[in-house]
Amino acid sequence: MADKPRVAFFDFACCEGCQLTVLSIGEPLIQLLEHVDVVTWREAISEHSDQFDIAIVEGSITRDSDVPRLKKIREKAKVVVALGACATLGGVQGLGNLFGRDELRALVYGEAYDKFAQDWIFEAGEVRPISAEIPVDISLHGCPINASEFVNVMEHLLVGRPYQVSNETVCHECKLNQYECVYDRGQICLGPVTRCGCNAICTSRGHRCFGCRGVIDQVNLRAARDVLQEHGLQLEDILGMFHIYSLRAEPEKRMAEGEAELRKAEPWRFGSTTSLE
Amino acid sequence: MEIRVDHLTRVEGHGNILALLEDGRLRQAVFQVVEANRFFEGFMRGRSWEEVAHLATRICGICAVSHCYASLQATEAALGIHISDQTRLLRRLTMNAEQISSHALHIYFLAAPDFLRLQSVLPLVKQSPETVLRAFRLKKTGYDLGEMVLGRHCHPVAAVPGGFTSVPRLSEVAAMKERLIGLRPDLDATVELFQQLEAPQFERETEYVSLRHPDHYAWLGGEIVSSDGAAVMTEDYREAIQEYVVAHSTAKHAKWNRESYRVGAVSRLNNNWPQLRKEAKDAMQALNLRPPLHNPFLNTAAQVVELVHCVEDSIACLEEILHEGLQEQEIVVRPRRGRGVGVVEAPRGLLIHDYTYDERGRCAKANCIIPTGQNYANLDREMQAYVAQFAAHPAKGKSCRRQTRPGGQGRAQPKDELQRGLEMLVRAYDPCISCSVH
Repeated sequence: MADKPRVAFFDFACCEGCQLTVLSIGEPLIQLLEHVDVVTWREAISEHSDQFDIAIVEGSITRDSDVPRLKKIREKAKVVVALGACATLGGVQGLGNLFGRDELRALVYGEAYDKFAQDWIFEAGEVRPISAEIPVDISLHGCPINASEFVNVMEHLLVGRPYQVSNETVCHECKLNQYECVYDRGQICLGPVTRCGCNAICTSRGHRCFGCRGVIDQVNLRAARDVLQEHGLQLEDILGMFHIYSLRAEPEKRMAEGEAELRKAEPWRFGSTTSLE
Repeated sequence: MEIRVDHLTRVEGHGNILALLEDGRLRQAVFQVVEANRFFEGFMRGRSWEEVAHLATRICGICAVSHCYASLQATEAALGIHISDQTRLLRRLTMNAEQISSHALHIYFLAAPDFLRLQSVLPLVKQSPETVLRAFRLKKTGYDLGEMVLGRHCHPVAAVPGGFTSVPRLSEVAAMKERLIGLRPDLDATVELFQQLEAPQFERETEYVSLRHPDHYAWLGGEIVSSDGAAVMTEDYREAIQEYVVAHSTAKHAKWNRESYRVGAVSRLNNNWPQLRKEAKDAMQALNLRPPLHNPFLNTAAQVVELVHCVEDSIACLEEILHEGLQEQEIVVRPRRGRGVGVVEAPRGLLIHDYTYDERGRCAKANCIIPTGQNYANLDREMQAYVAQFAAHPAKGKSCRRQTRPGGQGRAQPKDELQRGLEMLVRAYDPCISCSVH
């Protein structure tokens, strides 16, 4: 058993809820420990080693001074797994990118920010996912991650099979579970364009999808627009909702581009346009 | 002598221990907080009342439920939303769930290895698998109890302003009650374990701050009280708590009547222990805890007592639910201009959310005061007192006061032992660092 893969956990700006989700798996985690050596995990153990094969990285990058630590992790690891929405998309704190850094710092630290403005404690930059700084091998999406997907990814890594990140929508899983459509309840939901893998957990409990797994690779804008239109809504009505998780992934931009193309190709979809009259 | 621990392990978030001694005299001892700020108070502005709790819970992965409820209380107070008795009961139940899961994590995974002189629980997987399985069982049961009501413990799905988007089935409630009853031997074993573990002999009296509720051991609402005798209504927290910035921490420090105060299990026990359930009072006796507790290391033992209380109180909540039944309740919210304050006892102590909404129900202003942030000023002073007591050179006279510490009697502690003690002291606070910086 000398050749067990060596696993290390790391974190940057986040709530550490994804690592805690891993800790909350319970007994299966003990079984997993029979097949891997966890050599570094600051939050849970004091043992430490710089020799590891699999680096599991939670959190977003918000300070340039954190980048060298992240790059060092990439250099040492054979596989880098981005753990959760902060690492894969930038996380909710990405909303801060809508504001100026000085504005945020002055708001939070008040007079002290003027008083010792040069100090390291105020360092803050653009919020970005770790993929903005290093190549990532596997993205484990979600805020927080889905524990069974984590186990699934680890199993794939252990047997050496490539892991395919889901590229279906939350609607897909929601329909398979036969949950009531959120739009039919008169609410707006990001399910039609959001990546699944969560087993539609939010809609299963009568809530709506907030888009924490990001927008799927090929958005079916036509279908999304049709769903919205059926309920008397325009794409513009929901774009602000994407800011929570996907400001950085620029779905607004992607959707706007897609929409411009669509407007050209199928103008009849856009209500009272000349082609319909 | 310099003690420096960068990125202390077995705590949530990033913090460093710095201690500097010259000729056995303390020059500096602080807990440096280097966690990156995420600026929640800044970016929650402009978001709809319906999204704010979704964001606020994400301040913390351990105490997400507490943040969720502090946030919901603030929004409900601001928008004039009333909640039902059923909602109140489900919230009390899930606050218990969070304490169970969070305390189990700290007691077993983060703190216990210090007492056992281990680096982590990993060696116990082979040496004492039953202990590790018990730890997972306690933690997971708290987690699953939260999930039953909230859809997910971290981060909650079903809790929204005004109530819950769905309620659990009674069959689930009945099964959960049995599962919690089944935890009683694990609670006994936990108390027995801590009867054997000795906390370092170190005392420092300070100001103990917590919520207090007239009817029960306070988790949600009440008034904010200090062991110095002061009390304020939750919405007047600004009259009491002053936050300020220090140069060695991205998280703010806080003070009230003195230059520092303590929040968390030890403060709750000191202020509210008569309201604990009987089984928890028995555990207190078994652990020989007689409030007021002035030894910071006993915070973990206080968590053991609360663990017992929360399991028993959850069983009582579940019984009440089985008796009363659960209804899907309609929630109607009309956005309006207003300000509201929500205060809860998170596992690590007093947690405050304060929001102002505009007439469309958009968040115009947000302020969050985090338990761990409130503890930093006290932690720094306790680290200084600890170093002064255990590191001073005996020849230097007055500052040599330690007598009772095993292995250190009559002599200044060697550097590695001192470092171990400081690490243990920080961990005894169960700091939630990224939460404190938010």
